[in-house]
Amino acid sequence: MTPLSRIRNFAIIAHIDHGKSTLADRLIEACGGLEAREMREQVLDSMELERERGITIKAQTVRLHYRAKDGEDYVLNLVDTPGHVDFSYEVNRSLAACEGSILVVDASQGVEAQTLANVYQAIEAGHEIVPVLNKIDLPAAEPLRVKEQIEEVVGLDAKDALLVSAKTGLNVGSVLEALVQRLPAPVGDGNAPLKALLVDSWYDPYLGVVILVRVRDGVLKSGEKIRLMATGAVHTVERVGVFTPKPSSAPALGPGEIGFITAGIKAVADCRVGDTITADRRPASAPLPGFKPVQPVVFCGLFPTDAADYERLRESLAKLRLNDASFRYEPETSAALGFGFRCGFLGLLHLEIIEERLRREFDLDLVATAPSVVYRVHLRDGEVMTLHNPVDMPDPVTIDHIEEPWIRATIFVPDAYLGGVLALCEERRGRQVDLTYAGNRAMLIYRLPLNEVVFDFHDRLKSVSRGYASFDYQLDGYEEGALVLMNILVNGESVDALSLIVHRDEAERRGRALCERLKDLIPRQLFQVAIQAAIGGRIIARETVKALRKDVLAKCYGGDVTRKRKLLEKQKEGKKRMRQFGKVEIPQSAFIAALKMGEE
Amino acid sequence: MAEPLAVYIHWPFCVSKCPYCDFNSHVRETVDPARWTRALLSDLDHAAELAPEREIVSIFFGGGTPSLMPPESVAALIRRVRALWRIAPSVEITLEANPNSAERERFRGYREAGVNRLSLGVQALDDEDLKRLGRRHDKREALAAIDAAREVFARYSFDLIYARAGQSEGAWRRELEGALPLARDHLSLYQLTLEPGTRFAALAAAGALSLPDEEHAAALYELTQETLGAAGLPAYEISNHARPGAECRHNLAYWRYEDYVGIGPGAEGRITRSGAKVATRQTRSPEHWLSAVEAAGTGLNETFALSREEATLEMLMMGLRLAEGIARPAFERVAGCDIEALFGSPLRTLCDGGFLALDNERLVATDAGRERLDAVLAALLVKTRFSSRGCGSSEARRSPPRLLPARL
Ligand SMILES: Nc1nc2c(ncn2[C@@H]2O[C@H](COP(=O)(O)OP(=O)(O)O)[C@@H](O)[C@H]2O)c(=O)[nH]1
Ligand SMILES: C[S@@+](CC[C@H](N)C(=O)[O-])C[C@H]1O[C@@H](n2cnc3c(N)ncnc32)[C@H](O)[C@@H]1O
Ligand code: SF4
Ligand SMILES: [Mg+2]
Repeated sequence: MTPLSRIRNFAIIAHIDHGKSTLADRLIEACGGLEAREMREQVLDSMELERERGITIKAQTVRLHYRAKDGEDYVLNLVDTPGHVDFSYEVNRSLAACEGSILVVDASQGVEAQTLANVYQAIEAGHEIVPVLNKIDLPAAEPLRVKEQIEEVVGLDAKDALLVSAKTGLNVGSVLEALVQRLPAPVGDGNAPLKALLVDSWYDPYLGVVILVRVRDGVLKSGEKIRLMATGAVHTVERVGVFTPKPSSAPALGPGEIGFITAGIKAVADCRVGDTITADRRPASAPLPGFKPVQPVVFCGLFPTDAADYERLRESLAKLRLNDASFRYEPETSAALGFGFRCGFLGLLHLEIIEERLRREFDLDLVATAPSVVYRVHLRDGEVMTLHNPVDMPDPVTIDHIEEPWIRATIFVPDAYLGGVLALCEERRGRQVDLTYAGNRAMLIYRLPLNEVVFDFHDRLKSVSRGYASFDYQLDGYEEGALVLMNILVNGESVDALSLIVHRDEAERRGRALCERLKDLIPRQLFQVAIQAAIGGRIIARETVKALRKDVLAKCYGGDVTRKRKLLEKQKEGKKRMRQFGKVEIPQSAFIAALKMGEE
Repeated sequence: MAEPLAVYIHWPFCVSKCPYCDFNSHVRETVDPARWTRALLSDLDHAAELAPEREIVSIFFGGGTPSLMPPESVAALIRRVRALWRIAPSVEITLEANPNSAERERFRGYREAGVNRLSLGVQALDDEDLKRLGRRHDKREALAAIDAAREVFARYSFDLIYARAGQSEGAWRRELEGALPLARDHLSLYQLTLEPGTRFAALAAAGALSLPDEEHAAALYELTQETLGAAGLPAYEISNHARPGAECRHNLAYWRYEDYVGIGPGAEGRITRSGAKVATRQTRSPEHWLSAVEAAGTGLNETFALSREEATLEMLMMGLRLAEGIARPAFERVAGCDIEALFGSPLRTLCDGGFLALDNERLVATDAGRERLDAVLAALLVKTRFSSRGCGSSEARRSPPRLLPARL
């Protein structure tokens, strides 16, 4: 156990790509945490997807040993945090385990949307913040301008900001020294009843469920009976350790320390993040302040394109959930797409990541329905229902009004693209809150309906700003909206998987786009196929697939019979995957393609 | 009275391979006609064991290019058929011929051998298009061959391929009008089909060949139907036109799902035995076929009883190609149950839509139905469950043994 005065717990916060992972690598190296041969780039990003997309998804920690200029040995606990807004919850709990943060800002880019969001979270967590200007090796680095920006836009004192290159290692030592000098040591009482914060938990194939803890008071030892205060469950600690970043056993964890335990716990879902761990024999009188549980804000249906994959999809979802309790799923049946799952996510990136992991790690071919947010439907009889699946929309005559979630979005964008971004926000029903300048970059604050953001907003933002805009948001309450359920009808029958909840003014454009797309995807039939978009009984768009005119083999003689019969049998078999709409049969693949194409 | 039987004899060799053709036809430097004739004769003997005591209504020499056969071979094969079976007095004996001059000279020899009907592969009456189709003859030779056929044979027909690359309605109409006076009472008019594995299919995939789209092809088809109908040679099958009474007896056997034996490489047969259809298929490669026959007396490599469902499917897809459609009693014999009971609502939808017509005697695909027959068949079969009880007698439901030995 380390004396409190020799411990510093810190997080690194940064906008994506500003160099958080690279700086972490340098710090680990400088402290000899890994031997050179074990070192690879961004060691803390362990998932293939994390490395590839360059994002951190799960929080990681590492204990560093540092001999400071004062000659003393310090233990520095680095808690890596995810950079993306969808995982702000994980940022939150990582921050709760530390007393301070290193704020990394790319000296050539300046402050971006997530810089701001992360700093606010760190301030809320009571952190001491050390600004670090990274990438100082780049010719385009403008440390003076960026310092100014930090002071003006973020409101932090940047006078003592460190100028660093995580890539070359320049001044990395000054970061370590600043940690010791400028961050406060943790406080705690080793003799008080055990109080440890459950920071995170995950499933490890070798160790079972691993719990990441930050001890406040008391001591955590193996063999000890611990109690999870929220659930009351009692377990015996099997193993205590720290990450170096490899897991390695430690005799005990004392106040101020960060490490892990295993305790024969079966499921991650049994470990509530933010819970307080105490000793069963001498429990603490009150738990630490917890976090409010996360709620999924974006939903969509996930269906296997091949019905035979349904069971595999179920198993894969269960496996992913082992390590990601924030994501939800329940079985869903669609007339057009068959059996699948309705899934809830923290945001669009979260959705994308889960979808991509299912495809990649589990080799599943999937189709996702349009993402939906969570609506509050106020019924005439005073009841309020929450709704995240258009097919559950109650009869319009029973509805008094519908509320939708709004967000407060922060967008940083170079001047040149401001016009396009403003137009996009307006088109998406946004309301401007603020527009300020920091040098030649504008900081835009907009309120927007989340519904408008889950629908291709990121892609559009990227294209109108050539990739130079950065975006971050937080949920910002519910507001009444003129929302309607739009159905797509094929020969008069609704295709459940294509139903959407949209703003009334948007319905026609979206409806027309969907009808046009389906028109190209539905093969000609013996009878013409009417494709319509409708709000209730009102048709707002219509397309027709003309009837087939000619479809017959020119030659069929005695020697062709077997081959042609087999073709027919295959066709008959294929019809099983078709969905009947009145007199016509539409292949499921047409709906799948309609959903896969994305918008526009 | 003995059950009727048609005999198909395949000659798998051609002078060159046409780029659109996926028939079992091959180009070989040398072919030993005597050896091939012996093998075909032996295979005929074997067929007679499979389907004894029938009355032969047709013999058809197809290819490949059977007009490369020496007339003596044709004569020997016809003689053997006469020796093995009883021959109907009205027997039709057809030979497919290419309109090249060398072959034209053999026409009389074929007549002497017993051939009484010639089918000429003219394909086009336009030199440019003949070249593009990879044919070895030109228009002049085609006309000479037709003249010779008219002179030598009481019955003849010729084939044309339409919906060629860039072919307009006007051009095809003019070509058809030029062809009509050359025809006696029968014409086969095929829409050019991209067959997988052919050179044309590869060209099309590479974007180097583009054939008419659905609308244009439909217009050409409809134009063909109208023109021939007006000329007194209505379509009795999708691509076959004849004056009433002049239909090809042999091909009618296929479409009516009557029995036939297939002799030679790749040929298929359908023979009814103890109430079930037995399918036979010959080894496809000419060389393998030849050695198989020389070793075992037959080149058959598959002989199996079709299930009721398979046979019903075959009867439907063949029978609905005919303007006369399918006779209900014949259908019930094969399917083991009534048409309406078997197909239910899809049948009604297709009748209401004007694609099929059903009366007490027959199920017929209408003109509109035949133009879209593949889609009609698929729609008709969607919900068909052949195992459903109450359809057909219990005897009819008994499934025949699946695999029979090649030698019965
Ligand atoms: N030139 C330069 N590039 C850097 C520096 N630090 C990081 N990078 C690069 O910036 C990119 C993003 O770095 P990364 O550490 O993944 O950022 P993160 O998203 O904040 O974790 C990578 O290509 C790094 O190699 C630096 O100091 N100088
Ligand atoms: C067995 S083949 C040919 C007989 C003979 N060897 C000849 O080519 O003249 C019978 C007929 O099928 C037609 N045919 C062959 N391949 C075709 C294709 N790909 N599309 C349309 N018709 C085709 C041709 O009209 C041909 O005459
Ligand atoms: S079309 Fe006739 S001549 Fe040409 S390759 Fe085919 S069978 Fe032979
Ligand atoms: Mg990173």
